[in-house]
Amino acid sequence: MNEIIVMILTTIGALFVLSTALAMVRKRDVYLRINVTTKTATLGLGLILGAAMFYFNEYSVTTRVLATIIFVGLTAPIGGHMLARAAYINKTEKWEGMKIDDLAGQYDPKKDILHSEDMNTKFEPPTDYDQPSTK
Amino acid sequence: MIKALLLANILLAAIWILATGTITQENFVFGFLISFGVLWVITPDRSRNDYFTIVPKLASFTVFLLYQIIKSNIQTLIASLYPKSKLSPAILKVPLTVETDGEITFFSHVLNITPGTLVIDVSDDKKALYVHVVHCEDKEAYIKELKEVFEKRVLELTR
Repeated sequence: MNEIIVMILTTIGALFVLSTALAMVRKRDVYLRINVTTKTATLGLGLILGAAMFYFNEYSVTTRVLATIIFVGLTAPIGGHMLARAAYINKTEKWEGMKIDDLAGQYDPKKDILHSEDMNTKFEPPTDYDQPSTK
Repeated sequence: MIKALLLANILLAAIWILATGTITQENFVFGFLISFGVLWVITPDRSRNDYFTIVPKLASFTVFLLYQIIKSNIQTLIASLYPKSKLSPAILKVPLTVETDGEITFFSHVLNITPGTLVIDVSDDKKALYVHVVHCEDKEAYIKELKEVFEKRVLELTR
């Protein structure tokens, strides 16, 4: 019985990790990649760790697995959020399929704040940004 | 009051473990539930105590969150396996009802951990959240769904 649970959990977890790798190749822009990959990787990792919990069936292993799942679940989405924010502030190219962008022009580069009302200000990238532009 | 009852609950669970003599997670959870019942019986005027409503709400919220994570992960998996699926990503502005920093952190973490939504930034006056979504057909309906499904439950927990 235990072995069947271990088999099912590892298979599903490996499938989720595989779908993460596929999404990394197939998605069109950086936001979609961050959005999809941070979450499916977390769930796949959690399932594989859960399989390890059932396989060893020991008190010490179970506590460590639970602690690992909790900490990965706390930190991985925050990493994704910071990456997406940095990508947006650095004006990473968006896929043209993205029709609605409420964030466009909401950053005020002079006062360095983000407005909640509609501003329609032009956001210009900083001039001393040392990476050469691709266009 | 919540802290005192939680401490008493954990203490009673530890006493249960000492009395039964087996240190396992299941035994701790069982002892916690039993001592929760004992505290529920011996506390006078339960209606003034938040503790007895918060613990069941927390449990149901965890189950709801796990269900949402698994459901939308499967949707994401299907969407990434078929290359020709039409996606229409968008960055939406979600006006906030939650006010304090802790509530905003909790809400945005819940949004971040469920697939399909990714919080990019919070506005400086704490009135709006900018969320990147994978697939959005109707803007107003999506924002309404986010507010009703997730923010309402967060508010139920924190207030």
